[in-house]
Amino acid sequence: MAIELRNATFRVGAETHIYETSLTLEPGGFNILLGTTLSGKTTLMRLMAGLEKPTTGEIRANGKNVTGVPVQQRSVAMVYQAFINYPSFTVYDNIASPLKVAGLNKIEIDEQVHRFADLLQLTPMLGRLPKELSGGQQQRTALARALVKGADLLLLDEPLANLDYKLREELRDELPKLFADTGATVVYATTEPLEALMLGGHTATLKEGRVVQFGKTSSIYRKPATLESAEVFSDPPINTASIQKQGDKAYLGEFVSWQIPDKLANLPDGNYKIALRPHHLLPEGKGVKVDGVVQLAEISGSESIIRINVDGNIWVSQTHGIHSFEFGEKACFVFSSNHCMYFGGDDRLIDI
Amino acid sequence: MARIRFKNVMHAYPPPKGQKPVYALKEINQVWEDESAYALLGPSGCGKTTLLNIISGLLTPSEGEIYFDGQDVTHLPTSERQIAQVFQFPVVYDTMTVFDNLAFPLRNRGMDEAVVKQRVDQIAEMLDLTSSLKKRASGLTADGKQKISLGRGLVRSDVNAILFDEPLTVIDPHLKWQLRSKLKELHQQIGVTMIYVTHDQVEALTFADKVVVMYDGTVVQVGTPIELFNQPKHTFVGYFIGSPGMNILPCTIDQGQPVFHGNLLSTSYPVSSDLSGKLEVGIRPEFVAFADDGIPVAIDKVEDLGRYQVVTVRHESELIKIVVKEDQPIPSENPKIQFNRKHTEIYCDDWVVEGDGHE
Repeated sequence: MAIELRNATFRVGAETHIYETSLTLEPGGFNILLGTTLSGKTTLMRLMAGLEKPTTGEIRANGKNVTGVPVQQRSVAMVYQAFINYPSFTVYDNIASPLKVAGLNKIEIDEQVHRFADLLQLTPMLGRLPKELSGGQQQRTALARALVKGADLLLLDEPLANLDYKLREELRDELPKLFADTGATVVYATTEPLEALMLGGHTATLKEGRVVQFGKTSSIYRKPATLESAEVFSDPPINTASIQKQGDKAYLGEFVSWQIPDKLANLPDGNYKIALRPHHLLPEGKGVKVDGVVQLAEISGSESIIRINVDGNIWVSQTHGIHSFEFGEKACFVFSSNHCMYFGGDDRLIDI
Repeated sequence: MARIRFKNVMHAYPPPKGQKPVYALKEINQVWEDESAYALLGPSGCGKTTLLNIISGLLTPSEGEIYFDGQDVTHLPTSERQIAQVFQFPVVYDTMTVFDNLAFPLRNRGMDEAVVKQRVDQIAEMLDLTSSLKKRASGLTADGKQKISLGRGLVRSDVNAILFDEPLTVIDPHLKWQLRSKLKELHQQIGVTMIYVTHDQVEALTFADKVVVMYDGTVVQVGTPIELFNQPKHTFVGYFIGSPGMNILPCTIDQGQPVFHGNLLSTSYPVSSDLSGKLEVGIRPEFVAFADDGIPVAIDKVEDLGRYQVVTVRHESELIKIVVKEDQPIPSENPKIQFNRKHTEIYCDDWVVEGDGHE
């Protein structure tokens, strides 16, 4: 099902939860809503589902205006962060429940339940009650119940947030294929940039009730249209700073400067901003050197995460290997100017 | 502050009628050194919360003893153990101000009001709560409330240890960074023993000096983050630490070297040929690389994760994951792979095989 928000807003009293939004999701596509808590992900989903009616604007499904059509009359399934199952039903009956409501006969129900139990590796647990399952199995049951409905629009609100990270890793691997097989249009909300990259598809970056950018997930990561979009799509936080452009040079503070690309050199001199991903700022190597004071060094498995104060900006370096620093130590970090993203006064990306 | 020691600690919850007890904790012998920061890492159900509750005295173990600096505290109630605990969800007194919330554990112990003020101000500053001290706790966001919970855990200077049970689960990823940094900074400043339970490897590895990995009721490895990454002692550690986890592949041993589906591999140490049990070779995705010569594979999947790519390849029926740099091309014709011999480990019945002269 193609789903479209056309100039949709959502207000509760004087408070605006969603500012005017227009967004078109292709039928059968996998779409991610990426943003922090309270950025509007859940509200957007509720608008798409018909659980809320937009204050102004329209919701359209397959080109038809469905604004105000209640959720029961739409082909929608939703999965929440908290695993919701019927506690007194077995896994089998949980998965079967939407089919019973739809009035399918026993043979059809049995066939469908087994198909989805198989897909989600729940077959050995069909006779168990939800409380006898692990968290991952409970969420798989909730997923199976949503999938078995065969809805055209599948909405998932941070479905993996309550699971062990290893289980999340496994499900992230399986889910995109599973969804592709159903043919449904999928909308998936997450707060984690890495999860968005793992899942692929298309991503909408959200901030404070606005869709900042929508496009192919990897393109948004590589070419964020605005500084805001780059910030939403970065964990650890992306490094930003104001720079002075003079001729073909960029100046960061008094002592750091580098050659800028031709396309940028042709723009008027003045203030610009840069953004640099943490894994492009390194404790050694060639490139532009910046001096900073180490705030914190964390070591995570095979990599180090170092926070430094560079001229009043807190920057993060995320690097392979183990690098030990003391709190308050002065250190020199480097980056390649090729990895800099440049933004104009309006915070829009300068495409170079 | 204290050194905490577990001696032969085991615990079984009361079984349903007519059934044998199942041990949530199998024999644990473990020392928690004074002033160190530990993370207790493992999947749900591995026994980590049980272990934490045994330290705090909420549970008495079915067998074994616990010592604080040599004193047997096995049967000492929680109130006499001087332990501060921070839970997954914020526990705050909504009607009190932030100041009174933070002061509560100190006033409870009849501390002088001047000392209370000094400690509370100090903790509030560390947690960026100074400007909200006079506000009612009920008006704060979930993050703000959890900061108060953390502050209450940290405010006493006379505790033996501070226990954290997944304290950042409810916090937004962007804020997690800040709070984790704060906790680490605080540990460096106040130097009290901290034990931090989590199922999140990133949290565990960034917070702790030493990580205690638990699996199925036992401690499978205790080590620094680097040791856990470089030398997993158990296949579970290899799988659980690292994302993606270690590739674990079936093998046989021929003349002291592993053989994987007819491909002779090499390790940095010779392996005895008369091992019996399930034999596997373990290699992290970071240490597998495309090469001109090596094991022929078919490419199954390429995932672009931004700063690196994860490539899944297939040899016979086995899937192998490889971590490849963001700008490195993936070979399209007859790809072959090589394992870095320095990082190739052999496992027998899930435990690492130590070769002669193996570091």
